[in-house]
Amino acid sequence: MNAYGLLAVFETPADAMHAAEKVRDAGYSKWDVHTPFPVHGMDAAMGLRNSPVGWFTFIGGVTGYTTGMTMIWWMNAYDYKIVIGGKPMFSPFFSFPVSYELTILLASFGSLIGMFLLNRLPRLHHPLLKNRKFCQGASHDKFIVVIETADPKFNAEETRKLLVSAGSKHIELVED
Amino acid sequence: MSAAAEHSIPSSVKIAPPPAELEREPLVLQNRSIGWISDHIAGICEGEAPKWWLPALIMSVSLMTMMFGCIAYLIATGVGVWGLNQPVEWAWDITNFVFWIGIGHAGTLISAILFLLRQKWRTSVNRAAEAMTLFAVACAGIFPVIHVGRIWYAVWWLPPIPNNYDIWVNFRSPLLWDVFAVSTYGTVSLLFWYTGLIPDLATMRDRATGKVKKFLYGFFALGWTGSNRHWSNYEKCYLLLAGLSTPLVLSVHSIVSFDFAVSQVPGWHTTIFPPYFVAGAVFSGFGMVLTLLIPLRTLCKLEDIVTVRHVELMCKVILATGSIVGYAYGMEFFIAWYGGNPYELAAFKNRAFGPYWWSYWWMISCNVICPHLFWFKKLRTNMVFVFIVTIFVNIGMWFERFVIIVTSLHRDYLPSSWGYFRPTWVDVCTFLGSFGLFFTLFLLFMRYLPMIAISEVKGVTPQADPHHPQGGAKHGGHH
Repeated sequence: MNAYGLLAVFETPADAMHAAEKVRDAGYSKWDVHTPFPVHGMDAAMGLRNSPVGWFTFIGGVTGYTTGMTMIWWMNAYDYKIVIGGKPMFSPFFSFPVSYELTILLASFGSLIGMFLLNRLPRLHHPLLKNRKFCQGASHDKFIVVIETADPKFNAEETRKLLVSAGSKHIELVED
Repeated sequence: MSAAAEHSIPSSVKIAPPPAELEREPLVLQNRSIGWISDHIAGICEGEAPKWWLPALIMSVSLMTMMFGCIAYLIATGVGVWGLNQPVEWAWDITNFVFWIGIGHAGTLISAILFLLRQKWRTSVNRAAEAMTLFAVACAGIFPVIHVGRIWYAVWWLPPIPNNYDIWVNFRSPLLWDVFAVSTYGTVSLLFWYTGLIPDLATMRDRATGKVKKFLYGFFALGWTGSNRHWSNYEKCYLLLAGLSTPLVLSVHSIVSFDFAVSQVPGWHTTIFPPYFVAGAVFSGFGMVLTLLIPLRTLCKLEDIVTVRHVELMCKVILATGSIVGYAYGMEFFIAWYGGNPYELAAFKNRAFGPYWWSYWWMISCNVICPHLFWFKKLRTNMVFVFIVTIFVNIGMWFERFVIIVTSLHRDYLPSSWGYFRPTWVDVCTFLGSFGLFFTLFLLFMRYLPMIAISEVKGVTPQADPHHPQGGAKHGGHH
């Protein structure tokens, strides 16, 4: 049997957070905590850095604004000029509302695409989603720590001991 | 060895609960567990449909069919089937458009602005309100498209595509700004709503029993596993979407108001329009949120999640925005006199005392007088009373748009062309039918998708806080 990792169930967010601190301090790298809602303080307990999604948002926003301004100038002041009500062919003022909306539109798409890229989603298959205990808990009311066998520090005996010492009542090996 | 013994804080230090007078009223009543929340909310979509659901759906679908019938008749015959004609060229169509788009604003306000302001109570109502936004924008979008008459040409007027003379759309027109504002609003609202749904779709997937349900929920949950590495990016993305939606929602109704304010028509050409339209939109939107949620919280037994306190807070928003709207009505009149423009003053006198006086006073009684009943806590906490007031808020806000549009147009500078607009049956049935579309979409939503944001409501309970005794914290201090 090919194992994906070791799964440990915790009953409360505090227990899972203390376990995460232990796993972090033990130096594991390929592991995760699965929770039904974002637990406040878990990022620090896992030693995660600030998420870089904002860069995608920024790039999306800049693209939106420049696209809007360039498009309006090109269409109304360059490609086919028409005088309307004696207004200027191009002005940053009348171009602003449309460019503003495009800034927001593309920045939103940027944020969402950034989040999906960083999370490697969508993903329609995952070994954990075949595990009954995991499916009954992680999206319901349990807090589940998973340490992957692919982790260089993974050792069936030691890792299990660590999770037991963290106070988990249920530990099992997940098949790949 | 337990985790508690390892820390430097002596185990004798216990977390004492805060004194009773400092304890806030909990957002989820009766100290419900995290598991109860998913069982209860997901339970609305599982098992048999409640008895009232199918009859309600049949009624809504019939109304919706009536609307599509009217639209087919309109397109086949021409806009002459409506009551509008010189000088009132915009009437119920644009009134309905502004009415529906305004309703949508409460959803974005709850989901984005209250999120940025850390108002945790929003979690119980944001999902339903965002869905309401999407469905209201869908209803709104119909009217400007069908009012153009030969809608098969609309593709050359709306997106930037050159027509047969190679001429591009005119970006100097506020009507085109509106196309971009409304389509961006619809798209970003959909993205925001769907992002919020992903963790709950995963919950639905893990609970689903049937193969088809499991596949569909699983497909749309995109493989969400609740991983904290994912949550970290997800929360950042959600925060950014909230930050983007906030200026968006303020801009959308401002741009809708430019459709009027940028023109030269007395009664329309005023600088107060953008903030006044935004406040009015939030006012009407909260009215509609309460109209929907007050019956639903009883029918779906959600009293512990959508509590009386939630309703009360929303009543306060209605009171605040209703007061802004009342102030704007007064200020408009003051400026019409103080500005010294005789045409402007004539337009306003005509609005209040002209042939359409009845619509003006409907608007004043519903929008200026009604919300002030919410100064009284007794009235704010009486569900039946609040429900009735919100119906009047909806009516009043429809009349506001009717007053602005029709009374400003029906008497222009040339008295020989003055007229009086009367709606036809097609006008009335199209508008009533749009409620059918709205309720059909909402009924389908509440039956097949979690109506309340399960993961977000879980997150605001004390059981979810790792530093709270109920969340498993055994001793004081932050680690």
